Order: sequence, then C-alpha cells, then structure tokens
Amino acid sequence: MPPPASSIAVRAEALVKTFGSTRALDGVDLEIPAGTVLGLLGPNGAGKTTTVRILTTLLKPDSGQAFVAGHDVVADPDAVRRSIGLSGQYAAVDEHLTGYENLYMVGRLYGMSRADASKRARELISRFRLDDAGDRPAKTYSGGMRRRLDLGGALVAEPAVVVLDEPTTGLDPRGRLDTWEVIGELVADGTTVLLTTQYLEEADQLADTILVIDHGKVIAGGTADQLKAQVGGERLEIVVADAAELAATARVLAEVGSDTPTTEDHQRRVHVKVDTGPKALVEALRRLDQENVAVLDVALHRPTLDDVFLALTGHVAEEKVEATETEKTKGRKAKTR
Amino acid sequence: MSVITAGARDSGVVTWRNLMNVRRQPDLLLGATLQPIMFVLLFAFVFGNSIGDDPAAYREFLMGGIFAQTVAFNSAYTTIGMAADLEKGVIDRFRSLPMTRAAVLVGRTASDLAVSAIGLLVMSLCGLLVGWRIRGSFLDAVLGYLLLLVFSFAMSWIGAWVGLVSGSVQVAQSAGFIWMFPVTFISSAFVSASSMPGPLKVFAEWNPITAIADAARDLFGNTARTGVLGQSDSWPAQHAALYALLACVGILVIFAPLAVSKYRKVASK
Repeated sequence: MPPPASSIAVRAEALVKTFGSTRALDGVDLEIPAGTVLGLLGPNGAGKTTTVRILTTLLKPDSGQAFVAGHDVVADPDAVRRSIGLSGQYAAVDEHLTGYENLYMVGRLYGMSRADASKRARELISRFRLDDAGDRPAKTYSGGMRRRLDLGGALVAEPAVVVLDEPTTGLDPRGRLDTWEVIGELVADGTTVLLTTQYLEEADQLADTILVIDHGKVIAGGTADQLKAQVGGERLEIVVADAAELAATARVLAEVGSDTPTTEDHQRRVHVKVDTGPKALVEALRRLDQENVAVLDVALHRPTLDDVFLALTGHVAEEKVEATETEKTKGRKAKTR
Repeated sequence: MSVITAGARDSGVVTWRNLMNVRRQPDLLLGATLQPIMFVLLFAFVFGNSIGDDPAAYREFLMGGIFAQTVAFNSAYTTIGMAADLEKGVIDRFRSLPMTRAAVLVGRTASDLAVSAIGLLVMSLCGLLVGWRIRGSFLDAVLGYLLLLVFSFAMSWIGAWVGLVSGSVQVAQSAGFIWMFPVTFISSAFVSASSMPGPLKVFAEWNPITAIADAARDLFGNTARTGVLGQSDSWPAQHAALYALLACVGILVIFAPLAVSKYRKVASK
C-alpha cells in the first residue's frame, strides 16, 4: 500500500539486499518528509549506494518495500523513474557531448519535446554557471564543472525527489564548495533530496535529518544537533599566557565544567566538558579575570559528527584526514570571532 | 504517446548520442575501416599467390569472405561500446530515466550499423582496387549489401549481450574479439569448407559466416572460382541466401531478448 500521508516523499521499510554472502542491507528503514533533505552518512561499503540503487529502481531488494513519491519501486518502477532525478557517484556525463547536448539528451529521454528539452537545457546551463562552457565537449570540463553538469541532468525534469549519491566524492575543496552551493539552492526550492555522503561536514551543512548507516543497518538518526547531543556536551578550551597559571585555570574549570579538566602543559591549554555552553564560557572567563589569569585564547568546541560517528561505531569515518582538516579550519574561525 | 513511438524516439536519441561520439572521435572509425583494408591486402597478396593457380580469381572469391568477416566483427565494437557505457555509469543514468528499456540497445546497435556501413563502403573501394568487381545485376548487388547489413545488425546484438555480461572495457576487449576468430575462420570465408576435416567441415558448412560469404559471392556474381575450389553440397551451401537470412533472424530472436533482460538487471561496477 502506498503511504497515506502525501507529505512523505520517500519511505523504505526493512530493506534487505545480499550479494553472495555479504549482507549489504540488513533491514534499512527510512522516511523523508517532502521538501526536506535526508543525509545518509556512513563509511565506504556501509550500504549507502545499495540503498540509493534500490530507491532509484536500479536494483531490486531481496525483501522489504520502498515508495518514492507514492510509487512502489518494485511494482511500478516507471512511475518512480518519472518522479526522480539521479546524480551518481561519478559524474555520468558523456564527455564527447557538449554540456548543452548532455542536458538536451536527458530531457528528450524524459519524454520532453525537442523545443522543451532545448529550452530546459539552456536554462540549466546558465543556472549552473556553465554559460561559457555550454557548447564545449564535457571532456574539457574540470571535475567541479562535470559534477554541476551531472547535477543539472538530475534536475532536467524538475523531479519531486532528487537523489545525490556522494555528490562531492573526489572533488577538490573548491569543487566541493561549488557543489554545496548548488545543492543549497536546490533545497531552497523545496525539492526533496536524498543525499549520501561519507563527509561528516557535508551532512551537517546540507541535511535536515541525518541517518548514520554502518554494515547495512541504520545505527542512529536525528538532526545534527540531536546526534551531537547523544555524544555529550561541548568542550571549553582555555590557553593561558603563563604556564604557572595552569593550576589555577584547571581549578576554575573544574568548578565550571562537568568532568575533570585535562591539562596539556606543553600547549599551556586546559579543557573541560561543559553542559551549559556559552554560559559556562562567560562564567569561566569572569572567574579567571578575578584571579588575574592572562587568557591567550578561548574556544567552545561542539562535538563534530566525527565524534558522533566514532562514539556510535567504534571506528572513525572514512576520509578522516580531510574531515580533521576542515574541523581545524572551523575551530580557527571560531577562535578569531 | 504510444509505446512504439516512444521507443523509436528514445532509440533515436541514443543513436544520435552514439553517432555524435563517433563524429567527435574519428579514431573510433579506424578499427572499422583499417582492419578490412588490412585483411583485403593481406589475403589478396600474401595468400592469394599461394592458393590455387589464379590469384585474381582467388581475390574475387576472397572479397565475399572478407565482407562476411568484417560485418561479423561489428559485434566486437558493440561489445566494447556497451561495456564502456556501463563502466562510465552512463547506463546507470539511462536506467534511472523513464525511457524505453530496449532503447539503449537499439541505439547502440543502430549506430554500430551505420559505422559498419561505412566499413563496407571503404572495403568495397579497396576491393575494386585489387581487382574485385560486381559481376551480377544491380538488384542482386543491392540485395547483397542489404544482407550484409542485416547480418551486421544481428551480430551486433550478440555483441551487446557479451558487452553487458563482461561488465568492464578490459574484459570486453578480449571477450568481444576472441570468439570471432574461430567463428570467422572455420567457415568458407577464406577457403572452401569442403577441404576441411570432418567435424570442422560440418561446423563450417552450418556456420552462418559461410552462408553470408557464399550468398555475397552469389549476389555479387563472384562465382568463377567456386567451381575450382569446390562447392559443398550441404543444404546451407545450396540455399546460402535463405539460410543466411534465417540465421540472422535466429540470432536476433535469441540474443535480442537475452541482451534486453541482461540490461534490465545489469549493475555497473
């Protein structure tokens, strides 16, 4: 039976898929309210792509059911295909066709007339800032441009549901920012989006709701804030000018914080877990000021999705190095503010 | 829109896309044109002088065989084309679109047919240079070319299935060609089937390549040499054109559904 509430754009129940002896999906449930973005987060091989392939009718589940825009993916795949746009893990553009020709072809295959397909292709070329490159073969494009073109392909028919399978995997930082911007605009238009990613920051930035998936099972779900709350509160971090003041700082933080402060002598840094966030920060600074401790730097770190992932799965997510890089940048920004 | 017009439109779009690819990478045509030229020259001048006593007559006999072999090799190009689309994720995109299931296969086999026609043209010109002539009627010659194109199209569907099964370009490159060699050589393409030992002779007599080569010789009027080399009295040899056509239909009836059903399930790596 199709879902009664039309406000649910995508619904999957107990999806199971095995490949040989590997249980790629082991009972995945998910629900995406219309007009929202669901981020499916997990390491390589967690089952993200298998989920996407089932929801886009490329693969049949062994058991369980799924509905996209009210249509059963197994019983009525054609209706599902008319309601979705898919942008794959690697940009499936024809590199010998121009950007315009790629989009025109997709439009024609959605059943649009020549004139409509042509008009839509031109619109998308300019919307995705490919005007200068629109009539060049796609093989001359950068990675980010190809990805934008591929995203354009997913949007040709203005589908109700857009599925983006790891839209920024393999892109350089600039290409990634570019792609995020485009996805951001898409979301602002009210399109329902299913996004898979192994980048924690990406899910945090783009998704309304996040499902963490590992070994074919959903192991946690909620908003980014809810997930972070599961791991615990924030950490307050103080760097002092003089190592002699570390002891006094640790004493203050022990009163303000909710666990025992950790002191790192070498960096002249003390940090502690806090439950009251900014309030604790103000309180700590006030008391340190009273004790005449010269504070060099102060930061309030919220747990990242990386921490969440580690806490939930016992292992870090893929692309750890890059994730750490972006967090450092974030931390630095927070400090300078 | 009816299913048939939608299917024709989708197939047309895919054919257009494939032909644009050929136009922008003219080197794709090299295999389809240089190889037949090479075969014509090699067989005409390397073998031609040692087989029989009349090289010119052998060359004429040879052309029908090389025509048959060349259009048979069309299947290998289809194999590689399908595997490349699969590997690049293009098939995934097509399969996620609300388009006719068979359109990607029809589009591929149709564009390969066009390439095959170019190959036939180049080879015919090369044949004329080494002394081959069409000695039959105009109508028979047209029928000869049509038969070759129908066979090319049928072989292309085997190739599409092989391409989808092989899954990667690397596998497709050997899988697409390897079976072509026994199939094209154990035939009357280059020598008479009647000179082969027992089981090979039977295989060659019933091999569609033999029928295509024999039918092409008949229709182009290149039969002077056949008497000398010895014509088999098997049923396919006596009814070459009919058997060739039946073989094309048989190949299509078996491999078109196989390829379409594989396409529906195929998963890219």
